[in-house]
Parts: sequence; C-alpha cells; structure tokens
Amino acid sequence: MPCDDLHPDTAWARLPGPLPAAHAWVDGKSWRALAARWRTEDGQLAALWGSDERPAGIGFVVHAIVICGGAWRWMSLAAGHDDPRFPALSELFPEAARQERALFDLLGISCDVGDTRPWLRHEAWGSTDFPLRRDFAEGAPKVGPADPSYPFIPVRGSGVHEIAVGPIHAGTIEPGHFRFSVVGDEILRLEERLGYTHKGVAKRLEGLPLAEGGRLAGRICADSTAAYAGAYAMAVEAVSACTVPPRALWLRALLWERERIANHLGDIGALCQDGGLAFGHTQFGLLKERWLQTHRQLFGHRYLMDMIIPGGVAGDLDLAAVALLDGECTTLLQATRSLQNIIDDHAGLQERFLGTGRLDETQARALGAAGLIARASGIGRDLRVFSPSPPYDTLKARIATRAEGDVAARVAIRFDEIYESLRLIRAILAALPDGPARVPCGPPCGVLGLGAVEGWRGPVLAAVTRAPGLGSHHVHMHDPSWQNWPLLERVVLGELVPDFPLINKSFNLAYSGHDL
Amino acid sequence: MHKLLRQILKTGIHPRRPSAHPGPRCGAKASPASLTAELGRSLAVRHVDSGSCNGCELEIQALGNAVYNLAAIGVRLVASPRHADILLVTGPVTRAMADPLRMAYDAIPDPKRVVALGDCACGCGVYTANYATVGAVGCVLPVDLTIPGCPPPPEIIYEAFAALMRP
Repeated sequence: MPCDDLHPDTAWARLPGPLPAAHAWVDGKSWRALAARWRTEDGQLAALWGSDERPAGIGFVVHAIVICGGAWRWMSLAAGHDDPRFPALSELFPEAARQERALFDLLGISCDVGDTRPWLRHEAWGSTDFPLRRDFAEGAPKVGPADPSYPFIPVRGSGVHEIAVGPIHAGTIEPGHFRFSVVGDEILRLEERLGYTHKGVAKRLEGLPLAEGGRLAGRICADSTAAYAGAYAMAVEAVSACTVPPRALWLRALLWERERIANHLGDIGALCQDGGLAFGHTQFGLLKERWLQTHRQLFGHRYLMDMIIPGGVAGDLDLAAVALLDGECTTLLQATRSLQNIIDDHAGLQERFLGTGRLDETQARALGAAGLIARASGIGRDLRVFSPSPPYDTLKARIATRAEGDVAARVAIRFDEIYESLRLIRAILAALPDGPARVPCGPPCGVLGLGAVEGWRGPVLAAVTRAPGLGSHHVHMHDPSWQNWPLLERVVLGELVPDFPLINKSFNLAYSGHDL
Repeated sequence: MHKLLRQILKTGIHPRRPSAHPGPRCGAKASPASLTAELGRSLAVRHVDSGSCNGCELEIQALGNAVYNLAAIGVRLVASPRHADILLVTGPVTRAMADPLRMAYDAIPDPKRVVALGDCACGCGVYTANYATVGAVGCVLPVDLTIPGCPPPPEIIYEAFAALMRP
C-alpha cells in the first residue's frame, strides 16, 4: 500500500490498540507535505482538533488523523505558545474548514486562511476567550442576546429571497439553523449554522477521570451511544494497556450492529413519512419499537447506554438470550423484506426518492464524504472492512454501495445494511467466544490512545492525549457528521424547498454529536 | 396496493402494555394535576430541544408509533408555539438555545404549561451548568412538571401525559 511507505524524515510510532495506527510529531513543512501526499493518495481526513499542552511545555498542539489505504496516520504539530498558528488543511481537505473554525473558537489557534467566522462560538463566550485553554476561567456563560449578527453570505439578484429556518424546527428534531436563498421554490444556496447544542463536552471530559468519562461519552449523541461509548472505551483501553477479552469484543460488535439496525429502521420509516407514505412510517416504527424493547429486556436500556465500558461490556448474554436474539433476526429479516417489496413497488414514493438530492461520486470524493453517505455515492468506505478490528477481521463484513447518490440510494443502502447487519449478528451469536465479558481496566499509563467504530452514520472517533507527569488529559470525540454536513449544502442546490426535508432526512446527520 | 392492505391487516393493532420500568431515578414532581378543566380534552404540545443529546427526542418520536400512539388520548405534537398549550423541553439549556427557548415560550398563548423532559432538563443529568450550558430548564422558564429519566422510557412519558388528561 502506498501509504505504508512513510515519509523518511518522520519518526512514526505504532500506537497501542487494535487499529493499524501510527503517530508522529511533525513540523509545519512536513505537516503540509504529508497532507498533500495523502490527498493525492485518496486519503480521508478523519479528524482535526487541538489541545493545550502549555503546562507540559509543548505549547498548543494541533492534531490531524488521516486514513490512507487502510492505515491510520495521526500527526501532531506544535503550534506555538503565545500566538499559535498552523498551516491550514482545508485547501487540501475541504472537510477541514469547519474543524479549523472550531479549533479557533475553542483554543484560539488560527490558520489565517479561509472562513474566519465563528463556528461553535455563538455568544456564550467572548471572541478573545478560548474555553479549551487550560487557564480559561470556567464560569457561567455570558448573558445577553444569543446571536445578534452572524454574517450569512447573501445571494443577490432579481426575485431572490431568503428563508430562515431554525434553530427550532417544526418537528421533533435537534436545533440548528438553515438559511436558504431561493427563487420561487428553487434553492440557490443553503447555508448551515450549527453549534446551538454546544455543551462543552471536551472541557467536561478533561475534568473527569478517564475511567469515568464513558457515561458522558455515551451521551454525546444518543442514537449512536454504542458507537461513541465503544470508541471512547477503545481509546481509554489503548492508553491503559488493557486487553479486552474476546467475548467482550464480539458482544460490542453485536451492540453496534443492533444500533445500526435500530437507526436504519427508524430512518426508513421517517423517509416514507416525508415521502407521503404514512403506512411505511407505521410499519417501520413498529419494527424499531420491538427491536428497542428487546434491548431493554436483555441489556437494560432501549438505546444501549452504558453497556460498553472500558474493559469490556457491562452485561452478558445467556443461552436463552442468544436464542431470542437469533430468532429475532429471522423475524426481522422476513418483515423487512416484505416491506421493502411494497416500498420498491410504490410508484408515488419512488417518484419522490429517485433522482432527488443527488451527490455524485466525484463530488463526494472531493468533499470527503464519510460513512453511509459516501457509500450511497459509490465510495466503499467502511472501517469494518478497511480497518477491521476484531471480530470484524473474522466476520468479513461486506460493504454495501450504491452508485446513484440520490435519496433512493440512501434508502437502498439502509436496506442493504440491515440485511448485512442481520447476517453479522447471526454470525456473532453462532461463534460468541466463551470467557469473561469484562476485565478491570487499569489506570492509564500511555500517552496516546485512539479508538474508532463504524457507527451507523460512519466512523466515530475518540482520541486521548495524556500528559502523564501532570495527570491531565484531553479527549477529542469526532462524529462523521462533520464531514457530511457541508455535503447537504451541495446536494440541495437546484432542488425544491419542499424536497429539503426529504433530502435532509436521508442524510439524518447529528447535531449534538457535531456541536459537542 | 393489495400487498399493502394485506400487510396492514396482518400487522393488526398493538395494545400498549403496562410499564415494567422501575421508575425514574431523580425526583419527579408527584402525580401531575389534571389540566382538562383549564385546557379541555386535548393538549397541543410544542417540543423544543434546548441542547439535548437526542435521546429524549427518540422517545418523543417513539410515542407516535403504533404501540404508544399518544395522539389517541388527545395529545398532539404541533409545529408552532402559537398552536400550543404545553411547551415540552428536552436537554439542558445551552447558552445558544436560551433565547430561542424563551421566545418559543412567549409565543404560546395563555394559559400554558412547561414540561421538562429527561434528566438534563430536570437538572439531574450529565450536562450540568458550565461555560456553554445555562443548566436545567427551570433556570430559564417556570417548570410545571418534570419527567426525569435518561431518556425516560415512552411508558413513563405516556403516563405523565395521561395523568394530565384525566378528567
């Protein structure tokens, strides 16, 4: 693989844990050079963030993780003490742009190019305060009007007007703002404004011992709680030299696949609803409800919160539970297949789905699409296949891809992935290793830890950096919605305003997971 | 079309089963008083997420499924605060959502009630006050009813609303 041919001047250190990952400290020149090379080799920027390491004498540090040819490369750059700066990556990886803006909002590390408007900072803290700096005086948020003047980019011309939507939306969804510029019903431009649910997660995690942060990590984005708690646990185990027993790894995969199915069932139902087929919403709502009731019966929580913990899994399955789960797979498979037949045959619904909100492969690749959205546009990116940690190395997951990139493709991918996850669940249940489901996770001893899970939206990352001498740490959690939100702005161009809810639902991106 | 109708017949009606949930962990206000005398026999509910992790939203959505079917007891989720009797708030209140939340409250005609749903909204969740978070809903609005849980299971939410609807 080309990416394994590492930069000769850079000292790469293999990271502990199941991921094929390596870390290096780089200078500004190699930072840019490496990123440029990975870009040409179809690498994906997995996350870009920063931390304040001034107490350890390193100054501010910017971190970037790129996945290239199945290998993970984590590079760190010392950005200086008083006026921290780093060379921007957004010229190479457009998906970095908002992460660079967030980096400035939280730490005051600037990169001097591109969009300098605040991203996560509304008016809770001042433009010269940086909450993730270790010397930030933590207090109550500023009072005053919430967000008086965010400079949206205007579109001018005859007949152009703006539609402002949010932060409170009409349905039961999370808050965010969409600014449409339209002529009649046609969308000329969409600009997203997020950050309304910023709750200072990274600052909170700095203040919690690593062993106790899992409960919070599992509540960053509830629909992906198993993926978040899993990524967090993997990262903590990596810095704690903790070897997780095989049974726990298999049970975790079971939970991740069940979480994927629960969300896909809900999404397909909601897409039917938005497409005008209430029947589909009712039917898939029932299937999801039964699935969640089984979660509560066997795992104690409908959404699997607090099940995955550093060291393993908080519960276990007996033989009766295994049989129940296996039988449920058969039932769900039959039910989903017959519903898919009805939906695929429903001309009215397909008319709404087909060709709507199309993201072609070239665009998706250029803009760094992640996870399910990438796969619906013909890009076969899936950590379970390209970077398989146990048990996925033996389960051999199959990637579902669709070339069309429209709403119909994003519906079809969800069906494909339900079937594949059912197959994986049955394979896991049939070969579940014996032994304990958890071991005690010792105190942290390492410096860097990385965890990653292919959640139902795409890769969820957790990166831990520790300063062992000072007893401090920083945890960065990353949701694939960072990469995919900007794509939504693209795919709605030229579409009709009434199709926006449908297209938006077919993406179903995270707000809280993004805003942190 | 025949396949669709056959599926509907096959699916049938799903009665709601009584709750087997042990109950919320942190202090719920005791059984809420009926609102029917004041608000009549239907409740229009405007939901606002003031910074939640989306867990409570999942359960509000679940209340609309065929097992709970909250609408059948006269409780409807509405799209505008102008149509609402009740403001249902989830999540801790983030700084960026405090003003929009107040504006939504002000837009609801009197008489009105505020229900805080979930541990964070009730002030006993993982998201306590910090530089970006104002705190529980009670820090911003007068709260009439709290429904704790992380997230509260749909049976608990259903029962709370059913109590408001009892004559």
